[in-house]
Amino acid sequence: MHGRPRKAPKPEDEAASSAKAQKLRALQTQFFTFHHNKIYTKEAVELSAKLLEINPESYTAWNYRKLAVEHYLNLPDCNPDSIKSVLDDELRVVENALRQNFKSYGAWHHRKWVLSKGHSSIDNELRLLDKFQKADSRNFHAWNYRRYVAESMKRSEQDELKYAEDMIYTNFSNYSAWHNRSVLLSALFEKKAGGFLLKEKVLPEEYEFIHQAIFTDPDDQSGWFYHLWLLDQTVTTDSPLLASSWPGHGSDVLLVGDRCYNGSAFSPFSALHSDSGSFPIVLYFNQPVGGVNSSTVTVECGFNKNEDLFWKPLSASNSQTAQVWVAHLKVPSSDLHSTVEVSVGHSKGIISTRGFVYSHPSMFSFKVHVQPMERDSSQVSVAENISLREENFKVYGTQSEESIIDSFDQLIIKNGHETTASNWRFEALAKEIECFRELLSLVDCKIGKLTLARLLKAYDAMSYPFANKLVHSEEVLELYSDLMKLDPTHYQFYKDEHSIVLLQKVTSSKESLLQHCFQYKDSASSAICDPICLRLNNLSLSRMGAFEKLLWVQMLDLSHNELQSIEGLEAMQLLSCLSLRNNKLRSLTTLEPLRKLKSLRILDISYNQIGDQSIDTTRYVCSSPLSHSVGSELNRDETVTSDVALINNWEAFFIFKDFNLNQLDIVGNTIADEKFKSVLVKIMPKLKQLDGKLLD
Amino acid sequence: MDDIPPYPPIDPTTFDLIVIGTGLPESIIAAASSTASKSVLHLDPYPFYGSHFSSLPLADLPSFLSSHSTSPSPPRSPSSDDPNEFSLLEFATRPLYSSIDISTFSPNLLDQHSRKFNLDVAGPRVFFCADKSIELLLRTGTNQYMEFKSVDATFVGDNKGNLWSVPDSRAAIFKDKSLGLVEKNKLMRFFKLVQGHLAGEQDIKISEEDLQSPFVDFLNKMGLPPKIKSFILYAIAMADYDQEDTGVCRDLLKTKDGIDQLALYNASIGRFQNASGAFLYPIYGQGELSQAFCRRAAVKGCLYVLRMPVTALLVDKDTGCYKGVRLASGQDIFSQKLILDPTFKVTLPSGSSPPLPLKEKLPFFSLKDDKGKIARGICITKTSLKPDISNFLVVYPPRSLFPEQVTSIRLLQIASNLAVCLPGMFVLYISALCNDDDQGKKLIHAVMNTLLTVPLDSESNAAVQSETAENGSAVQDETSESSSGGPSDSGEEKPTLLWSALYSQELTLGQVDFICSTPMPDGKLNYNDLIDTTFKIFQEIYPGEEFFPETSLENPEGDGDASPET
Repeated sequence: MHGRPRKAPKPEDEAASSAKAQKLRALQTQFFTFHHNKIYTKEAVELSAKLLEINPESYTAWNYRKLAVEHYLNLPDCNPDSIKSVLDDELRVVENALRQNFKSYGAWHHRKWVLSKGHSSIDNELRLLDKFQKADSRNFHAWNYRRYVAESMKRSEQDELKYAEDMIYTNFSNYSAWHNRSVLLSALFEKKAGGFLLKEKVLPEEYEFIHQAIFTDPDDQSGWFYHLWLLDQTVTTDSPLLASSWPGHGSDVLLVGDRCYNGSAFSPFSALHSDSGSFPIVLYFNQPVGGVNSSTVTVECGFNKNEDLFWKPLSASNSQTAQVWVAHLKVPSSDLHSTVEVSVGHSKGIISTRGFVYSHPSMFSFKVHVQPMERDSSQVSVAENISLREENFKVYGTQSEESIIDSFDQLIIKNGHETTASNWRFEALAKEIECFRELLSLVDCKIGKLTLARLLKAYDAMSYPFANKLVHSEEVLELYSDLMKLDPTHYQFYKDEHSIVLLQKVTSSKESLLQHCFQYKDSASSAICDPICLRLNNLSLSRMGAFEKLLWVQMLDLSHNELQSIEGLEAMQLLSCLSLRNNKLRSLTTLEPLRKLKSLRILDISYNQIGDQSIDTTRYVCSSPLSHSVGSELNRDETVTSDVALINNWEAFFIFKDFNLNQLDIVGNTIADEKFKSVLVKIMPKLKQLDGKLLD
Repeated sequence: MDDIPPYPPIDPTTFDLIVIGTGLPESIIAAASSTASKSVLHLDPYPFYGSHFSSLPLADLPSFLSSHSTSPSPPRSPSSDDPNEFSLLEFATRPLYSSIDISTFSPNLLDQHSRKFNLDVAGPRVFFCADKSIELLLRTGTNQYMEFKSVDATFVGDNKGNLWSVPDSRAAIFKDKSLGLVEKNKLMRFFKLVQGHLAGEQDIKISEEDLQSPFVDFLNKMGLPPKIKSFILYAIAMADYDQEDTGVCRDLLKTKDGIDQLALYNASIGRFQNASGAFLYPIYGQGELSQAFCRRAAVKGCLYVLRMPVTALLVDKDTGCYKGVRLASGQDIFSQKLILDPTFKVTLPSGSSPPLPLKEKLPFFSLKDDKGKIARGICITKTSLKPDISNFLVVYPPRSLFPEQVTSIRLLQIASNLAVCLPGMFVLYISALCNDDDQGKKLIHAVMNTLLTVPLDSESNAAVQSETAENGSAVQDETSESSSGGPSDSGEEKPTLLWSALYSQELTLGQVDFICSTPMPDGKLNYNDLIDTTFKIFQEIYPGEEFFPETSLENPEGDGDASPET
């Protein structure tokens, strides 16, 4: 039951509960004896029923009863009548247990198990459920079981929808009923039954319905959850789409052996230093997908015809689905000018995590120019000392603007498929925006502001391909700033959202992006040319985002922000130089996305909070549960043969062993004492410079 | 009353209290006094309980009404002279009902089944689940003599025949289809404000200044749209007069009162598990309530004699003090105290002036009539006003039917499942406060014309019919004009009227002295004010006694054979 305050137990209650415990212990001891000796006599089975009546949570007893049932059903003199009576007994025991605790997992599960035997009438179940759902209309066990029963009975979704609606009318503060409604509608959408259950017809009606709840009581959260589901249904296209790629369509890629290149005809945005003889092709989808491989994505080029490319998912977990996929294309080291064509999804197999097939085949092509090395790469590297200091940057010159315009437009893949069908989505969003502006004019409510921010963001995202700007981004940023003040408990969440919207705004137009592009020029550097550095420093970012627009970035300055996580950064496959100086990274494991950046040479993580806390809270902050992936990748032999110190610094070992860093700055972190630094040097033998000091 | 069966003489002949009339206030006083160990004789000239609060068979209602509609009968002579030490003051009946208009459109059907009907004389009336009458019933154990059913909904009506459900709870606001989103939000916030105020939450306390100001001003201040204001004032707070017209409003609600009403309504919804709405109605009609208190009194030793008219008051010749009453049987019964129902009026012997002490007491017999009248109507139909729902209340806020309508008109539909009529039929009770009979008729007719089809071939008696034709046609013109302005509830036929009784009732207040008289049924929807008055009368006659002390619950039934039927 809900809304009943817990009362402190009275002394007599305690006495009663200790008496109950004693009785329970006695029963339990006896029960285990029967169970272990596989005794299924009538007496023994009845004892388990008694035990379950007192304590329905005893799952061992439920399992024992299952074994007992199996035992009876396998007896030679078993007939339909005796089967029925055995199973009816089980249903009765479950009912008694549920009377004791109607939220007992074991009891509900046992009932399902009995029902699955197929000898019991399912009609009784609905009657029983009606009773339970009347007693507590928000009992999610009952709702869950109801779905099972409805499915077994082949009760129509429409009938169940009506039931859920009645429950909502009785009391709309019912998460379970709203949830069931969303489940049923999803099933109907999938069936597209009768054609009238198309999203564009149903969703506007559902919005209308949920408005009644939200306007009546904006403080009730159950309605907001349903609204969030509706928004998701409105915004998300079923079929996954390719959002962007690197290299972009129609771009020219210049591969050079060192950081200098000749021929100013090429934009510094598409010139790439490569010393491994290959370059990455990055596919960025609008949602996580699986099934990206050399048969679903074909790459045709003059120099490397039949080579099977290996496509790798870039995700924090080790799953085989990801929003970003990468493959490395090998190029001959000789002078080369060639066109590469990448076709995505011409043969079926790419499928979203929601189970929708990639159904809009797309193709992009670009030109590759390979410039042979002019100098010995090792010489250059030794001399290189990138120092991201203020004086080393200058605003990116206007003379090159032409080239960035091209490059910028090439970042976006235009998908024309959905536009005709999505008019209703625009209309629905526009209507919702109007509606919530009205609500906010009536009441100052946090979740109303959050919803408006989400709606505006979604509207902007949807209209971006046509408008080429984010019309409402200022308003969204204001809403999130407001929320940070109004609702300090969820400050970090709003901050993260704020950061992502800010990044989307920055990357939304070439003008705004150019303001953050600087040419790196170190007076001490030996390099002739000036690489482009994207500087997103001092923006008070707590999260990174807008990766689909930043796939081209090789040099990134994120210093002086409030980053606690760099989740998603693994998409920036071209990154070779990254500054995370003066942020709020709290542990080494937050650096995990960097392990997937094979080009990363220079990393500055100085002045963070690594080592401040003895407990690694990363897994709570972002969805990168390192503990899950560590076992599979760690080579035990390696650990054993290494220095003893490595065992005490296994996180450092795990994170850094895959790095190809030349230069690392880690000063200003609690963890970075001399001992730790010596460990780092052992883990990364290729490291040439640590905290500004050249290593031997 | 001419054929009084011979009664054995009443023994004893002296009581602490004599109560004449078995209306609700009299019955409660009889029960309370018996509970306080007083010896009580409870008399009623009629063969049934309830007097002006009774529920009567269809055929008995007209005769009951008309027996109280005549002017006081001339005092029987000789009356004042008596051989013993008492002077006799004659009782006469007061005219309490006027403009009685009975129309029958289906004589056969109804005549045969007259006794299947239990028609409330003082309808429409309901219990709020949390009101004083329910508390009193529960506290005294009287509830065991009654059964209730829920009145399922409240609607607000308009002049086009539409019935709009009253969004009186969170779920109802959510479900409502006539309110806009903004209206829903404003209304729910207002409810929350009131709830917070009542729960004593500091940050949402309504200021004392607001509490003392008119409720309608407070609603305006809260920015509630007219429709919602009207719902709150007339369908939840049950105000009678147009709150926005101070010229005509006689019951201007203060915010404090309005909030108390909302609190009562709110506490009523969901108080009893099987009552879906805020109101209850007793099975067999409202007359059951008076009868239940009579049973309660009988259990405590009150002596009941029905069919026993009282003819005169016995007063001490010298002091002019009340001594007792003379019954129609000729017997004289004496008591310390007397409670009279409002029917009775003491007539002074013509030409003779009463002794001085009595004269001083006389003002108490002149019952005040300054509260105006209440027009009541009872209609019987064969179809419900609204499909799928049988027991409900409809409120027509002031000026909702025609511009001159300054009072709320309330209508209660009760179905046969409450044992008030033949199966498949519905009884509609309508009432409205008014200044005179014509105004009252106009109000009742306006509702009937909006909701019902009135057949043309009425068989009502000619005299009454001609009267109706005059008043009725004038109303008909006005309302038909307004109702033709928009589409009436098309598609659905209006229920056809089978029988109707229209009448005006005097609103006499109770009087308190050594002889007290009880009030007539008031114009309210529930019994709260009547119970307050009754309590005051009881305190007046027995200042030291507790009104149903808590301990009275212990053995409410007593010995089982002492039921009021004896």
